[in-house]
Amino acid sequence: MTPAKLLPLSLNTTARSENAVPEAPSTRSTGPARRRTTSGLLIAALGLAVIVMALASAGIGQMQLSPSEVLASVLHRFGLPWGALPEHPYAESALWAVRFPRVVMAIVVGAALACSGVLMQGVFGNPLAEPGVVGVSSGAAAFACVVIVFGLNFFGTWTVAFAAFLGGLVATALVYATARSGGRTEVVTLVLTGVAINAVGGAVIALMTFLGDNSSREEIIFWQLGSLNGTRWDNVFVAGPVTIIGIALAFFLTHKLDLLALGERPARHLGVDVERLRIQVIIIVAILTGVAVAFAGIIGFVGLVVPHILRMAMGPGHKALLPASALGGALLLLAADTSARTLVPNADLPIGMLTALVGGPFFFWLIRRTRKHDGGWS
Amino acid sequence: MTAKPLLQSRGARLSLSGQNVLDDIDFDLFAGEVVALVGPNGAGKSTFLAALSGDVKLDSGTISINGLTLEQWKVKDLARLRSVQMQDSKVSFSFSADDVVRMGRSPWTGTEFVDHDDSVVELAKVSAETTALADRSFPTLSGGEKSRVAFARVLAQETPLIFLDEPTAAMDIRYQELVLSRARERTGAGAAVVVVLHDLSLAAAYADRIVLLNAGSIHASGTPREVLQPQILSEVYRHPVAVIDLPDSGGLVVMPLRPHLHTYQALEEELV
Repeated sequence: MTPAKLLPLSLNTTARSENAVPEAPSTRSTGPARRRTTSGLLIAALGLAVIVMALASAGIGQMQLSPSEVLASVLHRFGLPWGALPEHPYAESALWAVRFPRVVMAIVVGAALACSGVLMQGVFGNPLAEPGVVGVSSGAAAFACVVIVFGLNFFGTWTVAFAAFLGGLVATALVYATARSGGRTEVVTLVLTGVAINAVGGAVIALMTFLGDNSSREEIIFWQLGSLNGTRWDNVFVAGPVTIIGIALAFFLTHKLDLLALGERPARHLGVDVERLRIQVIIIVAILTGVAVAFAGIIGFVGLVVPHILRMAMGPGHKALLPASALGGALLLLAADTSARTLVPNADLPIGMLTALVGGPFFFWLIRRTRKHDGGWS
Repeated sequence: MTAKPLLQSRGARLSLSGQNVLDDIDFDLFAGEVVALVGPNGAGKSTFLAALSGDVKLDSGTISINGLTLEQWKVKDLARLRSVQMQDSKVSFSFSADDVVRMGRSPWTGTEFVDHDDSVVELAKVSAETTALADRSFPTLSGGEKSRVAFARVLAQETPLIFLDEPTAAMDIRYQELVLSRARERTGAGAAVVVVLHDLSLAAAYADRIVLLNAGSIHASGTPREVLQPQILSEVYRHPVAVIDLPDSGGLVVMPLRPHLHTYQALEEELV
């Protein structure tokens, strides 16, 4: 038996009522439209800021180049001979072999981390969920360390990324299974689960540091602190497409994530297959976090700070929040990486340290705020 | 009624940690009626409503809508058949009340009915008197306001089955009457409503039928006058209850008797 086509039971027929007291008409009934415009403008502004920041960042360093010189170099490369090329004889090679891969990687990793933050917060219904805080990053890092120390190489250049993805997947699934009960996530369980997973991940990383030889030991430490130093184009060609695919897949889930904000049961009442949605989100989070960790190490708090600020600016709708966060994350990481390599002359600071320095206090503020709003720890 | 039931429950059983929460419940629901589920705490009202909504799996027995069991329906199609207002409405993140009402339209995404989205959302908001709340952030609303917005969302879903779990618990008199009137109006268009209520006088006023649950099974079922009888209620609620029949068809008023108050008063007077 095939059910007949389902039709809505029109509200029109019954909405009229004599005893209804007319309400004052809403003076601002253009809410959604107005917000759409704000979001559009904000996304455009962020996109522009990312481009300007990227050009500026590529020019900053021991060899100073102006953004217009950098732009000219890019345009020439794409067959548009406009503007004056940099005069310095090594400028082209410095730009194209060292700085551009690093700048592009900062954009990719920032976008990946911010988007996985958005997705985790959406699926947990909790603004404190973030890959670094709940242990997904350290899960990914632990698996990647094992691969580095034992010199495993089953997928070529993709091996570390794949291991990081697996680690991220295991950690996310574990957090999900532990921290949720009755369709909701309690803040305290979430954070405690993160503590536990971070502890185990940290232990594995420590063990690998102990077991590894000097070169892999250096690689691990360097990478535990998070850094984009030494990024090559072939890294970008792995991380870039994976991130783009991950974010593109996430786009199909934005409306469902909005509905999930009502809770799991209400989302199901509105036609969302919640089980499937959460598996999809967990996999995408693992992909995005895994790829970021594999090529940049552990960089915390990007996924926490960026979506939160943007939510305050443009509202929580995921359809706009996701692209805005991708751009916001890219911008934040570009700024952080530029500072990392220029704040101290002739030194490359660990970028994870910088984001934690800013993100830590922010997290602290967020915890207090969440506690006040939710009226307790549940 | 010779029509086929819209919704049917046969031998619904569910036990949670050894306790029979639902014990062999047979229940038919027809288009055009409002059925109130009443009963003491822990009687299984909310669980039964959750079972009807497809939120909990039965141990045995079936629940079917239009002749197909809940398992046979796709999640997406069920959303076009039944809407649910749960006991408390929480929303993570500061979606506006308008966003929340609009979410009620999502089951119709991808159909020709999306053209009506704006007008339906507007009507739903007017119906539940939430227009003035539209731009407010949902988490900042009061309990009663949240319930009204959740009710507007249910209206916007435009489903033939409407399940309401204590929709009026946090509402003042005006909105209690408003929400139940609106729910009743939907039956005029052919909807069927199941509503869990604690206020038996409200149930008497708005329900066509009352199902009285006790310890997971149906203790009594029928018209308000059949079910709301002092001896039945006193037994089930384990408290003496009076049922007053207001003159001029003012309806039934159910109220608890309070003999102990007089006892305390007498005691106090003695002590002084």
